[in-house]
Amino acid sequence: MSKLFSDENKAAFSGPINLNNPVTVQVLGICSALAVTSQLEPAIVMGLSVTVITAFANVIISLLRKTIPNRIRIIVQLVVVAALVTIVSQVLKAFAYDVSVQLSVYVGLIITNCILMGRLEAFAMQNAPWPSFLDGIGNGLGYALVLVIVGFVRELFGFGTLFGFNIIPASWYAENGGWYMNNGMMVMPAMSLIIVGCVIWAHRSINKEA
Amino acid sequence: MEHMISLFVRSIFVDNMIFAFFLGMCSYLAVSKNVKTALGLGIAVTFVLLVTVPVDYLLQTRLLGPDCLVEGVDLSFLAFILFIAVIAGIVQLVEMIVERFSPSLYASLGIFLPLIAVNCAIMGASLFMQQRIGMEPTNAQYIGGVGDAVAYALGSGIGWLLAIVGLAAIREKMAYTDVPKPLQGLGITFITVGLMAMAFMCFSGLDI
Repeated sequence: MSKLFSDENKAAFSGPINLNNPVTVQVLGICSALAVTSQLEPAIVMGLSVTVITAFANVIISLLRKTIPNRIRIIVQLVVVAALVTIVSQVLKAFAYDVSVQLSVYVGLIITNCILMGRLEAFAMQNAPWPSFLDGIGNGLGYALVLVIVGFVRELFGFGTLFGFNIIPASWYAENGGWYMNNGMMVMPAMSLIIVGCVIWAHRSINKEA
Repeated sequence: MEHMISLFVRSIFVDNMIFAFFLGMCSYLAVSKNVKTALGLGIAVTFVLLVTVPVDYLLQTRLLGPDCLVEGVDLSFLAFILFIAVIAGIVQLVEMIVERFSPSLYASLGIFLPLIAVNCAIMGASLFMQQRIGMEPTNAQYIGGVGDAVAYALGSGIGWLLAIVGLAAIREKMAYTDVPKPLQGLGITFITVGLMAMAFMCFSGLDI
């Protein structure tokens, strides 16, 4: 058991969550990070889907790594990822239809998410299945973390809600005689870029050497 | 014809791949350091889009759609695998063409040329196309034929090209400005793109 959680494996798991975060440090997987974060719920579903797919794609490629010819590895990786994404997309359609409609094409676009290809190329092709699994979970959660931060800010200030529940008291709103108004700008796509920019700014100021 | 022109203009300005859907962000941010390379990548992306979207349109309507291959069977769930295979094949082709005719562009694009295969803009355009087939014919975004698919692909490609060349030009000038240290590089680029996206929001009422 202790071998399963050695220091190396722990580093493979926890590194990507903070110091080596795939979104803020390596700049991978930006597209979906920006597009699905106008509310918290789709952001979390997206984060979890990517975590599951990255982890299992890493395991499968790591098991196959000695048999894949080097020249056609990209195609093999794409097919494995596409099959996993098809499964996740069907599961979402069956059990969380509303969220899957909200996510629309961005579930399918997990195939072309750079985090996946990056991890498969850089980690799973060289490492055993168990560390690859941890690395996949770590990277997925690091990605999910950024999504949740952006989704939290955008939903709170854009709609005044979290998970669809009202957070800002109704009596504060201008139409009820208060002083508060939702910031419609936060709902616009442009704002997510600026928020991610600020997250990167904060992350780099805290971790100077990163 | 009218619908094709409207679709073309809308996909450049209103449904811009970068500013409205954030597709193809990775290479957009990484290759936008100088205008010349950005232009090369933009043309390559446009070309790949122009070939893949009509091909995927035919696959979707002739092979995958409900009742196409077998009566009563809807194979659309296979779209992901089929589309990505088409895209990977065509990117390989473009790579060979560019290497043959413009070795200098080939060298400056480097790893990003094969990575067009995993550029979300390409896959995204095919998936949006799949979604738009099911729309009402009166909808401005409806795609109802190969001609519409070509107009949509060309518009999306040019929109992407416009966005990356614009950002590259701004970044070339930005090299002379004094940006706070932790914000340098990526952070300020994101904020710039955000401001550009706000500017593009002015087109949202555009209608032809």
